[in-house]
Amino acid sequence: MASTKEISEDQRKSAVRPLRHMADLDYSVVQQCMHCGMCLPSCPTYLETRMERNSPRGRIALMRAIADGELEVTREFGEEMYYCLGCLACTTACPAGVDYPQLFEHARAEVEAADVLFTPGRRFWRWLTLRQLFAKPWMLRAVGRMLWLYQASGLCALVRKSGLLRLLPENLRNLEPTTPTVCRHFSEQLIAEIETPPARKYRVGMLTGCVQDLVFSDVNLDTVEVLLANGCEVVTPRDQGCCGSLHAHNGDLEQAAIQARRLIDQFDLASLDAVITNAAGCGSHLKHFSNLLRDDPAYATRADAWDRKARDISQWLVEIGFRKPNGVAETSQVMTYHEACHLCHGQGISKQPREILKAIPGLEFVELENATHCCGSAGVYNITQPEQAGKLQREKAACIAKTGATLVATANPGCHLQIQNAVGGETVVKHPISLLAASYRAEKGEAR
Amino acid sequence: MTSVTKAAPVATLSSSTIARLRELAGAENVLTEPEDLIPYGFDGTAALKHGAACVVMPRTSEVVAAVLRFAVSQGIPVVTRGSGTGLSGGSVPVDGGIVLTLVHLNHILEVDPANLTLLAEAGVITKAIDDAALPHGLFYPPDPGSMKISTIGGNVANNSGGLRGLKYGVTRDYVMGMEVVLPDGSIAWLGSKCVKDVAGYSMKDLFVGSEGTLGIITKVLLKVVPRPKARRTLLASFDSMEAAARSVSKIIERQIIPCTLEFLDRRTCECVEDYAKVGLPTSAAAVVLMETDGHPAVVEEEAAAMEAIARECGAISVEKAADEAHAVRLATARRSAFSALARIRPTTILEDVTVPRSHLAEIVAFVEEVAARHRLQIATFGHFGDGNVHPTILTDETDHEEMERVHLALEEIFAKTIALGGTITGEHGVGLAKKPFLSGQFDEASYALMKQVKLALDPRGLLNPGKIFDLDR
Repeated sequence: MASTKEISEDQRKSAVRPLRHMADLDYSVVQQCMHCGMCLPSCPTYLETRMERNSPRGRIALMRAIADGELEVTREFGEEMYYCLGCLACTTACPAGVDYPQLFEHARAEVEAADVLFTPGRRFWRWLTLRQLFAKPWMLRAVGRMLWLYQASGLCALVRKSGLLRLLPENLRNLEPTTPTVCRHFSEQLIAEIETPPARKYRVGMLTGCVQDLVFSDVNLDTVEVLLANGCEVVTPRDQGCCGSLHAHNGDLEQAAIQARRLIDQFDLASLDAVITNAAGCGSHLKHFSNLLRDDPAYATRADAWDRKARDISQWLVEIGFRKPNGVAETSQVMTYHEACHLCHGQGISKQPREILKAIPGLEFVELENATHCCGSAGVYNITQPEQAGKLQREKAACIAKTGATLVATANPGCHLQIQNAVGGETVVKHPISLLAASYRAEKGEAR
Repeated sequence: MTSVTKAAPVATLSSSTIARLRELAGAENVLTEPEDLIPYGFDGTAALKHGAACVVMPRTSEVVAAVLRFAVSQGIPVVTRGSGTGLSGGSVPVDGGIVLTLVHLNHILEVDPANLTLLAEAGVITKAIDDAALPHGLFYPPDPGSMKISTIGGNVANNSGGLRGLKYGVTRDYVMGMEVVLPDGSIAWLGSKCVKDVAGYSMKDLFVGSEGTLGIITKVLLKVVPRPKARRTLLASFDSMEAAARSVSKIIERQIIPCTLEFLDRRTCECVEDYAKVGLPTSAAAVVLMETDGHPAVVEEEAAAMEAIARECGAISVEKAADEAHAVRLATARRSAFSALARIRPTTILEDVTVPRSHLAEIVAFVEEVAARHRLQIATFGHFGDGNVHPTILTDETDHEEMERVHLALEEIFAKTIALGGTITGEHGVGLAKKPFLSGQFDEASYALMKQVKLALDPRGLLNPGKIFDLDR
């Protein structure tokens, strides 16, 4: 039991909350953590170091110390917030229902506002990616187009052979071979603005994403095909940009709000039954636009409506009772499923993708050990923290090897790339929706 | 950014002291930055917080001994810590003190199936002990709520209980020996692998439940038992707490000793269900989780008998766990009860009173009456079979007026418990949280005896000082 003296001390401190982002947060969110420690065994970084500051409750204690005015936003604090993967495994583990995603985003925003991690290079890369590339759809596509040309023309292979890459700094050089292959077509070239099924039961909006649009536009096409096969008319607004999850996860809440407003403006919500995303990282973020825009009178109500309609594709399909497929596209493959953190921990969606995968004929479903453990992709974590990311990636690959699977299903572009890079060419990684789409196509003897 | 001045720091250690600690433990195992220390300022107990001057993470018993010898020679207090999941503030740092965290002493040293023992370092996770026993067909029964992260050393130092106490007892019943570092830095081995051993005082028993105030436990030799072949889990719901208590008493009266007889009141069920979604009834006044294990035939018989008794006593429903996985989910959900209750109010104060089983219904009714009288939200759950209840006060530490009422309620609950021949803590320990109430439970001679023991072993009072009781010298 605390003495009343200690409490009044605590209370006094909590009254002084000079920091913008932590202060924007209702204090009860910080207070919700009762530091029982149930999160510790779920946290990849705590398990690595066994140091409390690398654990969820330790990080929350630091955030609370800042909110209470006991600690400044320091470089150490900043580094800690970026050592966190943001995998949200702690959210699933937490019996007390702590809203860690919100805490984490605000803490990173606080770190950015205090600029404690400043280096000229970091500032440049953040500006280039968050404020340019992922803020302006045309620019991302232009870069995507150039990258495609570079890869498709054979120039890429030539450069790799020439040894020119040795001129790059080491961290970029190590990343170069893992650069994703850009698709020939963007989503808009594959999907009409309105696609109508023969018998229309629902009308849904389709989010094409940013990375998904560049690297996995085929997954977007598959998603639309599956929706059409299930009686959903699909509306895909043109020139969609990033939903802002990249920004929010990286401490740029301001730009995240801009991205959210832009996206909301692009959809006529009243005419839609749902807004569909097929990327876990996006879904986990864009179901909470109301948090981001609650102080914006022009958008607060619309953001609420948006949150109510946002659905992950697997969630939506199970909700409407998707038609079980009959076609055998891939025979006698052993398949396993890696749960993207932001699907299972971020959105609590675990059963639905399995229900879809198990319904596909010709595939033998094997459970993956530690399926909900982070693969190390975690947004840009594999770039910012390559060592810890590599460790998690190897652990994931070892678990996959144990299943004997030749096919790994996962529903997030980051995980998709991370796992594909880990398992090599023998084993193929696919989005669950692509497998379902292939099975539907096989019913009609089609292939793509 | 607005600049913020740091709060008055806790007493710090001199740089030469830190340098010496770095020499002894290795520089990377000594933490001194505020960002490193703040997260060690608490354990699993609500509203108890104090900064540490330094955290040391030794990797061997020898380093523990060297650090302790040095600290004592310098008059620096030492608080030993496992995973910091304690529920009495026992591992909360003390002013100017070193926190010695044993999480890196995490090796299982031996499983001895011939003698049914297991030797582990103190920092091994409780669940890892049972996991290591499993391949040998063996079982380590004590299962405190935090078993997935609590350390075995912490369990021994607090004599932790769990859900299986009724049939299997508590941690003490499994400790056959231990290695302890004494305040003078010597390393003592206590106990043996022998089932019978009466050579000298049973010193190991002195350290079980000593909460880090007498020495630092670095290794433990544990008894393991044959793993039960079968298990049955039932979930009975009742429309009154009395009916639930009655059925538990009946089960014990008929000489059935199941491994688990846990109850949760409605509010606890609501919170746990909200978190775990395992299908707990949220409309019943009380739910009892019953589990029997052992020989398959016996298990079937006992499960049937328990179901019949529950129905006789007016159970609204009795549900059987569909399979092993479902049973595990139910028990896991029950273990989350305390934390899940934090969903309702900002501060969750968990108590641990225990009464002789025959007084169980009385104490539960009393808690309800106290809650009503002091206008407090109290959820109750606990180990019905052990007479160990966890009245949990859902409050807000920043509301002074309400906290006053919380204090009054606690005092009354403790007084009633002691009047019923009970104890103020069944399994969480005294630490800081129950220190003010401890003397009320002891006669003068026994309270003084504890202090004598403490002074005999730790004359300077540097090991976890101010926990359990204050030394007034």
